[in-house]
Amino acid sequence: MLIAATIAILVVMIMSILRAVLGPTFYDRILAVNMIGTKTVLLISLLGFVMGRPEFLDIAIVYALINFISVIGVLHYSDSSVFKRSNEHKK
Amino acid sequence: MDITSALFLLIGSFLCLSGGVGILRFPDFYTRMHAAGVTDTLATAMILIGLMLQSPDALVVIKLIIILLMTLFISPTASHALASAAIHNNLKPVLENKKDNE
Repeated sequence: MLIAATIAILVVMIMSILRAVLGPTFYDRILAVNMIGTKTVLLISLLGFVMGRPEFLDIAIVYALINFISVIGVLHYSDSSVFKRSNEHKK
Repeated sequence: MDITSALFLLIGSFLCLSGGVGILRFPDFYTRMHAAGVTDTLATAMILIGLMLQSPDALVVIKLIIILLMTLFISPTASHALASAAIHNNLKPVLENKKDNE
């Protein structure tokens, strides 16, 4: 059952990568990246149990924090005037 | 104990897959964010509870509870920041009656 859950999470990560590639707006890509990050936390925890080494959970905690900081950082950048100018240039 | 853990993992995997289908097939950014929110909270909780029932000692359970609490705090915060940044930068949701007017 652990391996089935791991495969399901890998399939969901592939779907999120497709959305990040297809995504029409900037925010769709940020949403997909955030989803890949949270799924990576789950994947690391599950792989720790599959391999019989639950020490991987420490890495999962650190990854959750890094993912949060990166999403907030990119969203803060998206409020800046440089980003808005480049976005209007694209349209 | 094993059957309960397998049941939790199965429900979590199903919710993850339904959220993945939703993020691919929903028409709008805000509806896609709803699909991602389902996998962020309930599916994560189900899979982590399923892992807690299999864990060998108490320290692993404490670490899993820390991961669960951090996810439950972090993912609504990130979703709120994402939605407010999107609506602040004039990303309009697709509405039904907008089609009728045009």
